[in-house]
Amino acid sequence: MAAIQAKPTRMELSNLKKRKAVAVRGHKMMKDKRDELVRQFIMYAKKNKELREEVERKLTQAGKSFVVARASMSAAEIEEALLYPARAASVETSSHTVLSIPVPKLTLETEEGFTYPYGYATTGAELDDAVQQLAEILPQMLELAEVEKTCCRLADEIEKTRRRVNALEYVMIPQFTETIREIQMKLDENDRQSTTRLMKTKDMLAKQREQ
Amino acid sequence: MAKMGVIGDKDSVMLYKAVGLDVFYETDGDKANRRLHRLAREGYAVVFVTEQLYAACSDTVKEYANEAYPAIVPIPDSHGSQGAGMQALKENVEKAVGVDILFNN
Repeated sequence: MAAIQAKPTRMELSNLKKRKAVAVRGHKMMKDKRDELVRQFIMYAKKNKELREEVERKLTQAGKSFVVARASMSAAEIEEALLYPARAASVETSSHTVLSIPVPKLTLETEEGFTYPYGYATTGAELDDAVQQLAEILPQMLELAEVEKTCCRLADEIEKTRRRVNALEYVMIPQFTETIREIQMKLDENDRQSTTRLMKTKDMLAKQREQ
Repeated sequence: MAKMGVIGDKDSVMLYKAVGLDVFYETDGDKANRRLHRLAREGYAVVFVTEQLYAACSDTVKEYANEAYPAIVPIPDSHGSQGAGMQALKENVEKAVGVDILFNN
C-alpha cells in the first residue's frame, strides 16, 4: 500500500492521527448505514415481489375478460363505450424519506363510488367485468409503482454506500496507518541519532579533559 | 395533483381509459421512447408501459430510475406476463445485495 507523501514532523503526525480517527468513525457509521439500508431494502423487495405477482395475475385476468368482451362486441362499439372516461383519476404525490433518501408516496385521487363510463344498452357484461376488475387493481398498481421506485432508489444508495465503506476500509484507513507508522519510525530514528551524537560528544569531551 | 399515463398497443391498454388514466397508443419502440420523455416533461407521476415496449425503452427507463418522478412501471400486455417486471426487480436485488436472494428458491 502506497503511503501518503508527508513530511516526517510531529505536526504532520498529529494531523494524520486526527484524520485517521475521523476515517475510522466515518467507516463505522457508513457500515451501520449500509446494514440498515440492506435490511430495509430486503423488506421492500419482498413486498415488491408479492405485489407484482398479485398485480400481474389480476391484470392478466382483467385482460382476459377484455378479450372476451372484444369478441362479443364490435370494435366500434367498444371504442365508443371507452372513449370518454367516467371519472378522472389522478395521483397525489408527496414524498417521505427512508434513511434520508427521499422516496415518492402516491395516493390515488378519484371520485367516490364506482360507475361505468358507458350506458348498458350496447355493451356486454364481459366489458363491465373487465372495467370493474381494473378499477379494483388500480390502487394496488399505484402501490406497486411506489414500492418499485423505493426499491430502485434504495438499491442505488446501497451500492454507493458500499463503495464508500470499501474505500474507507481498504484504501483510506490502511494508507493512514502506513503513513503514521513511517513518520513514527523516522521520528524515533531521529531521536536515536541525536542521543548517540550526544553520547559521542560527551565521550570526546571526557577524553579531551583527561589529556 | 399529478397525472397517470399508460403507453402500449391499442388492444392492451384501451381498457385503462375507462378508469380515468391517460392512454397513449404506441407500438413502435422509438416512438414510445419519445412519448415517455414527453410525459416525463409534462409532469406525469406514474407511467405504466406494456412489457413489450418496456424492453424497447430500457435506456429511457434507466435515465428516470433515479429521479423521483415519473415512476415507470411495466405491466403485462394482452398476451399475459413475460416476466420483464420481475427481471427488473431481480436486477435491483442483485445490485444491492450482490446475490439474488428472492428468486433462487
